[in-house]
Amino acid sequence: MKKKKIKHNTTPYTFENAVIKGDATTKLSMVLMGVGLLKRKRFVKGALYLLSEIAFILFMVLNGFNNLAKLPSLGTSAQKEVWNEAKGIFEYSAGDNSLLILLYGVATLFLLVGFILIWRSNLIANYKAQYQEEHGLHLNTFKEDVKSLFDENLHKLLLTGPVAGVLVFTILPLVFMISMAFTNYSIQDNHLILFDWVGLKNFVDILNFGSSIGKQFWGVLAWTLVWAVFATFLNYIFGMLLAILINRKDTRGKAFWRFCFILSIAVPQFVSLLIMRTMLQPEGAINVLLKNAGLINNALPFFSNATWARVTVIVINLWVGIPYTMMQVTGILQNIPAELYESAKMDGANAFTTFTKITLPYMLFVTTPYLITQFTGNVNNFNVIYLLSGGDPTPVGATAGKTDLLVTWLYKLTIDKQYYSIGAVIGIMTFVVLAIVALLTYRNTGSYKDEEGFM
Amino acid sequence: MKSSYSQKRKIKNIIVHVFLAILAAIWLLPIFWVVLTSFRAEPGSYVDTFFPKSYTFDNYIKLFTDTNILNFPRMFMNTLIIAIFSCLISCFFVLSVAYCMSRLRFKLRKPFMNIAMILGLFPGFMSMVAIYYILKTVGLSEGAMIRVALVLVYSAGSGVGFYIAKGFFDTIPKAIDEAAYIDGATKWQVFTRLTIPLSKPIIVYTVLTSFLAPWLDFIFAKVICRANADYYTVAIGLWNMLTKEYIDVWYTRFAAGAVCVSIPIAVLFIYMQRFYAEGMSGAVKG
Repeated sequence: MKKKKIKHNTTPYTFENAVIKGDATTKLSMVLMGVGLLKRKRFVKGALYLLSEIAFILFMVLNGFNNLAKLPSLGTSAQKEVWNEAKGIFEYSAGDNSLLILLYGVATLFLLVGFILIWRSNLIANYKAQYQEEHGLHLNTFKEDVKSLFDENLHKLLLTGPVAGVLVFTILPLVFMISMAFTNYSIQDNHLILFDWVGLKNFVDILNFGSSIGKQFWGVLAWTLVWAVFATFLNYIFGMLLAILINRKDTRGKAFWRFCFILSIAVPQFVSLLIMRTMLQPEGAINVLLKNAGLINNALPFFSNATWARVTVIVINLWVGIPYTMMQVTGILQNIPAELYESAKMDGANAFTTFTKITLPYMLFVTTPYLITQFTGNVNNFNVIYLLSGGDPTPVGATAGKTDLLVTWLYKLTIDKQYYSIGAVIGIMTFVVLAIVALLTYRNTGSYKDEEGFM
Repeated sequence: MKSSYSQKRKIKNIIVHVFLAILAAIWLLPIFWVVLTSFRAEPGSYVDTFFPKSYTFDNYIKLFTDTNILNFPRMFMNTLIIAIFSCLISCFFVLSVAYCMSRLRFKLRKPFMNIAMILGLFPGFMSMVAIYYILKTVGLSEGAMIRVALVLVYSAGSGVGFYIAKGFFDTIPKAIDEAAYIDGATKWQVFTRLTIPLSKPIIVYTVLTSFLAPWLDFIFAKVICRANADYYTVAIGLWNMLTKEYIDVWYTRFAAGAVCVSIPIAVLFIYMQRFYAEGMSGAVKG
């Protein structure tokens, strides 16, 4: 059923053709956008291009050039105290705010790129009109253009909103934060208002084993990976075993058992995690229960001892994660061909062999993409750590606690401590770690390579 | 021979059921405990018995009537309003993008999917500080506009989360579309009159997940609301009840609040997971 890809580049309406073969008005529209369209009586479209050009130029003259000019220096004049003789008070002169300069600068760059794309599409549209006129082809009216948005250009109509949202609320902030990693925007040395580009200095600091921040970074990175591996695979295996146990032919009340476990994840995660935290405090319910039962004399150090805390968060995460895995693999388990199990039984295989030779390989084959998303989700698992242990125990003088993941450390560094530049570097490093994992595995899975293979 | 086999099987079954019962008890214990705490009459955060000494309904009444310090009813309304609007926008975004990626073929399709995957690898709130400043620059960080800001934060970037819905659309046979095109339908008509009506499970799933997001998130809400207690969502409110200055008075009310919020969410969630399973297994079978 596979169709050959139809090549789209056979259309004569390309940018190169427009530059080479464009007539005088088409070339004029490089400067005065939409002129070619106006000449060919496509008033609305032409006017829209012209208006967008006017708006852009106005913006650049009023703000844009100023924004871009300040970007290399990020502002120079600090806020100053000036003694006002007449009034007898200190007055503050407004200094530059590097953060706003950076934000406006990046936003202006985005607009600039956007305008270049509009300009390019304008040239192509003008050339298209010229070409169609020369060859006696039908020239779309504005009404027809709008109509095409509901048919062959439906993707333009449907994607405009989502793409704009992603650009403004995901990509722009991300670029802004990434550029912050190359500055010294931090409470250290009082660079909160006025800061400068420092190149790769922050990266060197963080990757350096010798510096105090570097030591913390490698420690947190190692723990993040250990956590992600344990959290992902233990949840996966135990969740699957639970699902198998419930799916057994002889298990009664399957729906009831499933309901019990699903109920525990139906409660909002932040609620159940906050409850867990209070239950595990030295005076919390768990310690009270154990003390009353006479099993322990002193409270167990769930969050005050590094090893205890690490084991605790992994175990609690099992509590959170196992029902999820159970819920998601149940359907897939039921799809495993029953003949496989029957023939295994006939060959005298026991339950363990059947699991390792049939169930596990089959599940791994089907759920690799799911495992990868779980892994990235666990590396970025902010809720469990922040709400449970808050990263504690934290050694004296360190910013990162013993159970802090890169993400929770990032949160502490930016929101609590205002070490923005270091925080941005941590964010980038998190991305690098995840990108490596994802690239190594995701591209090799069947579901990515052969998207249509499903049908 | 046969009877010993069935006896063995019986013992095995008993062990399995006892084991499941123990596990279920472990999983339900925290929930059971919070329900108990919400009816506890003794105040304070920590008590030295597991079961309360006396029971009361006061915690629930106080939660909704004592609105001087932490106004729970208002937080509830805030979250509801934000949830409804962000749900509408994200649903439209997610379904549009998923449909485009699944059914339409255009030049930037693959790049768009790759970019969406790459964006998913960045820690979600890495850009939070930047988003706050962007919202501040456009004047959405103060007063009632905070609600608009939160709606935007929850919904504007939702377009990249299209994978599950796309997977669902992929399972609708293309032959149905082609038959409609032959009858002269436009792509818009196929999308709205054919694909959407066939996609009930995934639409319900998308609606519910995006509706639930504002109830569950507290990181973004905390950063954007800052100290504006009037616009707090339920999640920040509950979190605040456990901070040092409130925990003694508010602990049992926190439990009551947690129960109040959890019941509707749990009901929605349990209702939704049926659609989730259906969404995973595809639209038109056979």
